[in-house]
Amino acid sequence: MKKTSADVLPAEGGLGDAPLLAVDNLHVEFHTRAGVVRAVNGVSYTVGPGETLAVLGESGSGKSVTAQAIMGILDMPPAVIPQGEIRFKGTDLLKLSEHDRTQVRGQRIAMIFQDALSALNPVFTVGWQISEMFRVHRGMSKSDAMKKAVELMDRVRIPAAKQRVHDYPHQFSGGMRQRIMIAMSIALDPEVLIADEPTTALDVTVQAQIMELLAELQRESQMGLILITHDLGVVADVADKIAVMYGGRIVENAPVYDIYRAPAHPYTKGLLDSIPRVDQKGHELYAIKGLPPNLLDLPTGCAFHPRCPFRQENCVTDAPPLYEISGTRGSACHYWREVLDGERR
Amino acid sequence: MASVGEPVLEVRDLVKHFPLNQGILFKKQIGAIKAVDGVSFDLHKGETLGIVGESGCGKSTLAKVLMALERPTSGSVKIGGRDIAKARGGELKTMRRNIQMVMQDPYTSLNPRMTVGDIIGEPYEIHTEVAPKGDRRKKVQELLDVVGLNPDHINRYPHQFSGGQRQRIGIARGLALQPEIIVCDEPVSALDVSIQAQVINLLERLQDEFGLAYIFIAHDLSVVRHISDRVGVMYLGKFVELGKDAEIYERPAHPYTQALLSAVPVPDPEGRERRERIILQGDPPSPANPPSGCRFRTRCWKAQEICAQEEPLLQIRPGTAHLSACHFAETHDVVHAG
Ligand SMILES: Nc1ncnc2c1ncn2[C@@H]1O[C@H](COP(=O)(O)OP(=O)(O)OP(=O)(O)O)[C@@H](O)[C@H]1O
Ligand SMILES: Nc1ncnc2c1ncn2[C@@H]1O[C@H](COP(=O)(O)OP(=O)(O)OP(=O)(O)O)[C@@H](O)[C@H]1O
Ligand code: SF4
Ligand code: SF4
Ligand SMILES: [Mg+2]
Ligand SMILES: [Mg+2]
Repeated sequence: MKKTSADVLPAEGGLGDAPLLAVDNLHVEFHTRAGVVRAVNGVSYTVGPGETLAVLGESGSGKSVTAQAIMGILDMPPAVIPQGEIRFKGTDLLKLSEHDRTQVRGQRIAMIFQDALSALNPVFTVGWQISEMFRVHRGMSKSDAMKKAVELMDRVRIPAAKQRVHDYPHQFSGGMRQRIMIAMSIALDPEVLIADEPTTALDVTVQAQIMELLAELQRESQMGLILITHDLGVVADVADKIAVMYGGRIVENAPVYDIYRAPAHPYTKGLLDSIPRVDQKGHELYAIKGLPPNLLDLPTGCAFHPRCPFRQENCVTDAPPLYEISGTRGSACHYWREVLDGERR
Repeated sequence: MASVGEPVLEVRDLVKHFPLNQGILFKKQIGAIKAVDGVSFDLHKGETLGIVGESGCGKSTLAKVLMALERPTSGSVKIGGRDIAKARGGELKTMRRNIQMVMQDPYTSLNPRMTVGDIIGEPYEIHTEVAPKGDRRKKVQELLDVVGLNPDHINRYPHQFSGGQRQRIGIARGLALQPEIIVCDEPVSALDVSIQAQVINLLERLQDEFGLAYIFIAHDLSVVRHISDRVGVMYLGKFVELGKDAEIYERPAHPYTQALLSAVPVPDPEGRERRERIILQGDPPSPANPPSGCRFRTRCWKAQEICAQEEPLLQIRPGTAHLSACHFAETHDVVHAG
């Protein structure tokens, strides 16, 4: 007998001890003509209900690919997941059938995409696009679904939602379109929301509106939020904990206050030192020297060693494990003690 | 930086309106998009003027008019004391040489089919007097060296460089004609934090070395503060506040500047619950139909009747040492509050 999704999928609500979402030792490779791109090399992180995990890291470090693996939207091939688990309330999503996966994707775990502004279809009204979610997934009638669309547009604070449901995407500003994307992502009350650079294309005033909106939605529904971003300011504002990625690995994870007080990995320290601040006028900025690693041919030992000011001989040959600094904190650096002691600035 | 002597750039009452047309066959002008609507400032040798403001407030349009890529609707731009609109022939060419631009997007602003050498040397095709054909290769290699790229990579193509390196190529091209002024429109916005720092340091080094004056447009207010001597805050085509960086960041007097600054996330979680946040509601009004009186009044929490009737001029207000355009200007440090 075929199992129904109710048997396989975790129930809504009660969790026990398992985190809401746990990525465990995830590996993702792309098999390309030029060779094997090792985009994700053993990433682990968790997020709980109502919690905000910020994923930081250099461009190309594997932040989006990890998110795509969670969503189950990687093209396989060329992508291959040779190892790892992605547990949603204890169930490994990687072992589910495509049918069961579809029940999770967009409904229980949703995502706001990095290039959200181009993700809306220009030929349909925004109301039609939002209400489609309810027609397809909840089997609602056209008029009921449209009513829900108006409700949602209200919830993401689009003024005059009732009139504006009939407008097309180009009639909205960038910030408004981003709200519409958020409305679509939260339409089915997901338990986990992954926001991949939701404000990068927006200016600070709109960014502040969007971040406040996400925080409110989270308070209302205890949704777990994975926020992928380059912006250390936004992270300091909203995150509970942080995972820093470099070369497809987590190089540091810690509660937000710990990392800003004293980073325990040289890459994190370099990042924090290289940002100008609005409340201070500094002199020359610190710049991490060199270039991001080539994923086709990762450096031996510690992937950060060609750029690292703390490097010692063994770094070139021995890959550091993620050393446990405390129950909630880890660093993938042999010399994390020295880094931690070096006062920032 | 000292602002002594004659300004290298003088901008007065600069206006750029784009016609708003209706009809397909017989176009009829039904209005105008007031992208830049009366902007004045001076820029001195070796100085950086930062320009900030919401998306669509007219920053890039201002840059294009300064570069003479767009003709102003009215107002004047003087370079080295000469009005660019009145210059002709050889004089116009020299003036154009003196002001160069670095574009926002290092990924699309470089022609993928041209080698780096051709891209950087392209301005010499028009301004042959700067580098006769035989000297070009050497000049380009010098420029590559100046911006910290390997001169041997002169025959490589843009896709063989990283984003930060491509932005250096754009900067090298901007330097080719030895201008006095460089307009940077969002030069680091598309770059990673670690690469961004490299490019900002490079711009500062070049300024010291060659006495360059920069117009630096960016939406990141922390970056602007870092690099600027003075800052102009734009709203719907006008400057609402203009002054030394410390004045603007520590003693902002215009409500819009205060809102903008309070929205900048500070990279330090300490005390984040107590931080003052002025979150502006809604979007800016359309530049085709700006509000009467003060353009900010539809989003301003201090607005009174006079704000709808009388336009506040950009002037020094009581209790402040810089220009602001608000009837009720009052300094308030939002950045260090909390
Ligand atoms: N389909 C693919 N084929 C080959 N390589 C890929 C593919 N998709 C992604 N990659 C590579 O995987 C690496 C990680 O990419 P990813 O998009 O996760 O980076 P990111 O951390 O999100 O960066 P950014 O901050 O720029 O968005 C990159 O080097 C990228 O080029
Ligand atoms: N060629 C054009 N024709 C008509 N309208 C234009 C044109 N160029 C710009 N505009 C309009 O002028 C206004 C100012 O645009 P501009 O690009 O200068 O803004 P900006 O401040 O650079 O914004 P951003 O921060 O998004 O780059 C906008 O409303 C824009 O739509
Ligand atoms: S392990 Fe060595 S090279 Fe790697 S980050 Fe630590 S000190 Fe630097
Ligand atoms: S003039 Fe009036 S509306 Fe304009 S900023 Fe000042 S108080 Fe606000
Ligand atoms: Mg990404
Ligand atoms: Mg612009």
